[in-house]
Amino acid sequence: MPVVVETVDLTKTYNGNTAVDKLNLRIEEGELFGFLGPNGAGKTTTILMLLGLTEPTSGVARIGGYNSTREPLKVKRLSGYVPEKVGFYEDLTATYNLAYTARLNGLSEKLVNRRVGEALEVVGLSEVANKNVGTFSRGMKQRLAIADILVKTPKVAFLDEPTSGIDPEGVNQMLDLISKIAREQKMTVVLSSHQLHQVQRICGRVGIMSKGKMVVEGLLDQLGKEALGGRFKVEIQLTEITSALIEAIKKINGVVGVERSGDLLLVGCSEDLRPQIARTIVDNNGLLVQMKIQSYALEDIYMKYFREV
Amino acid sequence: MTGLITVFKKELADDFTSWRFIILFTMVLLAGVLATYVAAGSIRGEVSGTSRFVFLALFTTSGGALPSFLSFIILFIPIVGIALGFDAINSEKNNGTLSRLLSQPIYRDAVINGKFLAGVVTIAVMLTSIVLLVTGLGLRMIGVPPTSEEAVRLFFFLIAAIIYGAFWLGLGILFSIFVRRVATSAMASIAIWIFFAFFMTMIAGLIANGLAPAGETLDTQIRNIEVQLMVMRVSPIMLFQEAMAVLLVPGMRTMGQILQLQTGAGAFMLPTPLSLGQSLLNVWPHLVSIIVLTVICFAISYIKFMREEIRAT
Repeated sequence: MPVVVETVDLTKTYNGNTAVDKLNLRIEEGELFGFLGPNGAGKTTTILMLLGLTEPTSGVARIGGYNSTREPLKVKRLSGYVPEKVGFYEDLTATYNLAYTARLNGLSEKLVNRRVGEALEVVGLSEVANKNVGTFSRGMKQRLAIADILVKTPKVAFLDEPTSGIDPEGVNQMLDLISKIAREQKMTVVLSSHQLHQVQRICGRVGIMSKGKMVVEGLLDQLGKEALGGRFKVEIQLTEITSALIEAIKKINGVVGVERSGDLLLVGCSEDLRPQIARTIVDNNGLLVQMKIQSYALEDIYMKYFREV
Repeated sequence: MTGLITVFKKELADDFTSWRFIILFTMVLLAGVLATYVAAGSIRGEVSGTSRFVFLALFTTSGGALPSFLSFIILFIPIVGIALGFDAINSEKNNGTLSRLLSQPIYRDAVINGKFLAGVVTIAVMLTSIVLLVTGLGLRMIGVPPTSEEAVRLFFFLIAAIIYGAFWLGLGILFSIFVRRVATSAMASIAIWIFFAFFMTMIAGLIANGLAPAGETLDTQIRNIEVQLMVMRVSPIMLFQEAMAVLLVPGMRTMGQILQLQTGAGAFMLPTPLSLGQSLLNVWPHLVSIIVLTVICFAISYIKFMREEIRAT
């Protein structure tokens, strides 16, 4: 798959503070990329540089092969953007707001009406198409923002915190909508968020940003292994812990790390190794009290980087 | 180009359908009609067969307590311009529409150019229709049709008034770019207007007294007034006022009205009015000055807006 979004050593400093620090990012066509990180990690700044709205201090940002700083118009034609605090002209109707976007993109009048109608249909706002946006709820405005992107039919869509400030029901609808359009329109979507479980639900690949750097990046399943030395964590309680036993457990195929905490043993492993561990304990004459397994959610990984901040 | 036209059309539609426009239009129209009505009343008594430029007098005569149409225009145009411009950019910033707008494939200057043009056209339409309405009313009331020269003078007056309006619009837009809060930018632009409209005369007097104090002799008195006038010409309001007085009152030969009275020079001047060409020649520097001021305002806004970065909150 060709790379659609690319940054090479992208850096941005504001009055000596580095917001984005030598970021290298590659997103392939058709991906639904989850862009994670605490507030202030540099996600929005990265997106703004990719869109050519902010100039990088150094480094290059490219969308669809076009340099975002040198050819912003071509880049903007290819990409749709939903800012974090998305706004519409409140005293104009939903239809008018979308038609304005369509016209700014140079669509013919005939196409404008068709696209706007279709887009409102997809996000389920057809019934309020001729109501002023001022009367819309926050969730409706967010859906209208998605429609605003659909009108443009871009190659890449950047959604900055599209679920902030809406109720759980709305969040679910929103996430379904995003994954649906990504699939149906074959659109590359970059979803920026600090809400981990939402990203986890729909994104295939995630990148976690912290202090302007990409600290972890990869497919969801692989991430666990890299970050904490295993996808599963087995917690074992024994009457007595001997170093021989620890050594023996370490030798089991698939065990990545063993850690002792009080009378507990924490074993990180790539798959569910409880039977093998139990046998090893028995073979080493250990007395097993109880054994629990946890699978790592991305949450643990994420929290790890949050704590580091 | 499509970007500019699209922004222009949208802004124009916004301007014309806004309550703001309706209120301003009503206000200026009401002032215009009242002033003309009163002026027509006082003119009718004075007109004799030989009077020239009766029709123009309709616009410059103040009847009793009410100022002339021209005075009203001088006072109100700044408010109209500022009202159309003071929230042009910062309201889009605050509503979150600016970053969405700028992420569309249009040149950034299309936004500011489109807004400025739409404002100028709105002012032009507003002033033209008011002048036409007032002309119609005047025609019925005094029954003297304007001569062709008067019509041409009125046309130039209209053009100058639109440029004058464009200056205040530019000033409003300038503040809308530099000041983030809408209320603050409105206050700042109005403060500038108040300064030029009401305090400038006082300040010019103080400066003139400092630089060239008026003494016993006529020479020093003239000098004092001259300095005062020069200082006052920094103000676009003064520039417009002087230029329009010359344009609409053909009998007036020089800019310094006060000077004429003070020195009694008016008495030695020929009573014949200036020709249109001479009048235009007289007001030309003033008009150019207003245009330059407008261009400066717009250029500063333009540079600032083009360089401004969209920041993550």
